[in-house]
Amino acid sequence: MQHVDMYYDGTWSGLLTTIFEIFEYKVFPITLRNSKERQQGMFQTEHEVLTQQGKADRVMNGLIAKVGKKGYAELWHTYLSELPEAPLLVVRVASYYFNDARNVRSNFAHDHILQLKKIIKSVSRERHRMKAFTRFQLLADGMYVAVIEPDFNVLPLIQKHFQDRYADQRWLIFDVKRHYGLFYDGHVTSEVTIDHTSTIANATLVDLHDQQEELYADLWKRYFKSVNIKERRNMKLHLQHVPRRYWKYLHEKSFGMEI
Amino acid sequence: MGERIKEKLEILADAAKYDVSCSSSGSNRKNKEKGLGNTGAGICHTYTEDGRCVSLLKILLTNHCIYDCAYCVSRKSNDIKRAAFTVQEVVDLTINFYRRNYIEGLFLSSGIFKNADFTMERLVQVAKKLRQEHNFNGYIHLKTIPAASPELIHEAGLYADRLSINLEIPTDSGLKLLAPEKNRGDMIQPMTYLKDQLVKTKEEKKIFKSTPHFAPAGQSTQMIIGATGETDKQIITAANYFYQKFNMKRVYYSGYVPISYDKRLPAIGTEVPTARENRLYQSDWLMRFYGFQANEIVNDAHPLLDLDIDPKLSWALRNMDRFPIDINKDDYQLILRVPGIGVGSAQKIIAARRFGPLNLDHLKKIGVAVNRAKYFIVCKGFMQIYADKRSDIIKSYILNTSKSKYLSTGNQQLQLF
Ligand code: SF4
Repeated sequence: MQHVDMYYDGTWSGLLTTIFEIFEYKVFPITLRNSKERQQGMFQTEHEVLTQQGKADRVMNGLIAKVGKKGYAELWHTYLSELPEAPLLVVRVASYYFNDARNVRSNFAHDHILQLKKIIKSVSRERHRMKAFTRFQLLADGMYVAVIEPDFNVLPLIQKHFQDRYADQRWLIFDVKRHYGLFYDGHVTSEVTIDHTSTIANATLVDLHDQQEELYADLWKRYFKSVNIKERRNMKLHLQHVPRRYWKYLHEKSFGMEI
Repeated sequence: MGERIKEKLEILADAAKYDVSCSSSGSNRKNKEKGLGNTGAGICHTYTEDGRCVSLLKILLTNHCIYDCAYCVSRKSNDIKRAAFTVQEVVDLTINFYRRNYIEGLFLSSGIFKNADFTMERLVQVAKKLRQEHNFNGYIHLKTIPAASPELIHEAGLYADRLSINLEIPTDSGLKLLAPEKNRGDMIQPMTYLKDQLVKTKEEKKIFKSTPHFAPAGQSTQMIIGATGETDKQIITAANYFYQKFNMKRVYYSGYVPISYDKRLPAIGTEVPTARENRLYQSDWLMRFYGFQANEIVNDAHPLLDLDIDPKLSWALRNMDRFPIDINKDDYQLILRVPGIGVGSAQKIIAARRFGPLNLDHLKKIGVAVNRAKYFIVCKGFMQIYADKRSDIIKSYILNTSKSKYLSTGNQQLQLF
């Protein structure tokens, strides 16, 4: 086995193709980076992966056969974390899965598995927070719009939740950090992007509001204040549950304010 | 209408806040025919400044009440602002909050106006309207009014996910003292009815899949803690009784918040017993998820929970002869008994040890609080030297190395072991 610096296109299919080629060419990455970062000139110790859907699909099916749909999803979620160490970790764990005769997904004493589980936990916490903290505003044309800014790329992970729940209303959830959103038209959900010079922000949505929007946002704020029991106040715990970075998207905190 | 509805919401949310339950779990209602909402996600959409989960729109239909329970802000003799929602107002609030993803659903309770049935009927109307006119599939928790008729309770069960009747005061003598007009029988009767219906529905569902839902998230109840001089043994024994006898999904414990100058109650300004409340929840978890019996946690020799250590550690220290537990050999149930090992870690231990024996370092990585667990276990390459097995010495070691997060911050979250 030769150790090389590897490059791939940054996509999930690209990462799966990488796993395929590790076995195909008997190479193993010392580093794994996006092809965009690649310097000109081909060195002996480099290997660039060109994404091939066929190879990616075979790896996907192989992983599912080996560690189940859940095991496969864990690797995908790790990738969605966008953490710099994530791609290499995914490759390492996947080859550990393929190289061991047993299903080692639950070997919690293994360092790479532990690292993976830790990342999955953070991603899943962020996914859960986005299910909780996403706040729709009703626009005059009947569409419900929410702006989010998650730490990880969890929009694909919350699509089904919102689709199932809000099946009878048109909605858009827009990730301002990654500049794309999900739009549900009452039947199907599709990915939307808007041109890079403009964006969707809470400040600009105000003019488009339905006439009852302010009333309900205000009622919610009052509700939040009224359910508080001041004799039990515990801000430390409050902040642990609702970290400040989410506040500008929550009416009950400091909606629309930059903190 | 804007201003009046705002005021009503403030009054009727404020009056409902002493009911600590805000759970939206236990039900798995699907969104049917492209309607609105579903349940099962159990999401807290925000947290109050005292760190409690806000999952539901929790309000009273009205805070007018013909009763005069001493521990309650809505009691007849209390000089406060009164308000009442119309059925339609509650429906509109619920739908509009839900569509904006503020809430998982509605928790509707009420003061008793006119009589039990009249009140219950209004609560049922709200739920019915939400389900039938708005095809709303989100969570609905209805309070059952003591002494309401079985027909109404049955109807409530058809629309609600969860029903609850609060026991309020854990002991009968306490209830007599503080709410002389109320009687335990009126609370028990609907609980019994619900339990029977829930069992019946479950049986029928096994045969006919189309059996209509009946309160799929079951029933729950709440006890106020520290309003009368009850012991933890009395509270836990009562909770245990209601879990067993009435298949309660949850028993909630609510530290009494002083709201009255009534001589029968702790004076205004008395601290809310949040530390004790937390220990009660921990005990509750031990009974529900850790296989503990009520009398292992509290008994005649030990009627009060320790405030400085959690009940699991407390039990372990009183039962040192049951240890050490072998991490690599012993059963899951025994591993669960080790202080510093929670359900998650115990499951991971069982899964991981199939691949090879585990040592202390592994345990640390898995998430075990090794500082605490090490006095109670053996594992690969590790055996605690029990120079002195005296539990009071072990206790002081543990308290010195792991400062109870709970006591140092006045934290009321569940710090579970
Ligand atoms: S019946 Fe209920 S609302 Fe009325 S005073 Fe008693 S506890 Fe309060």
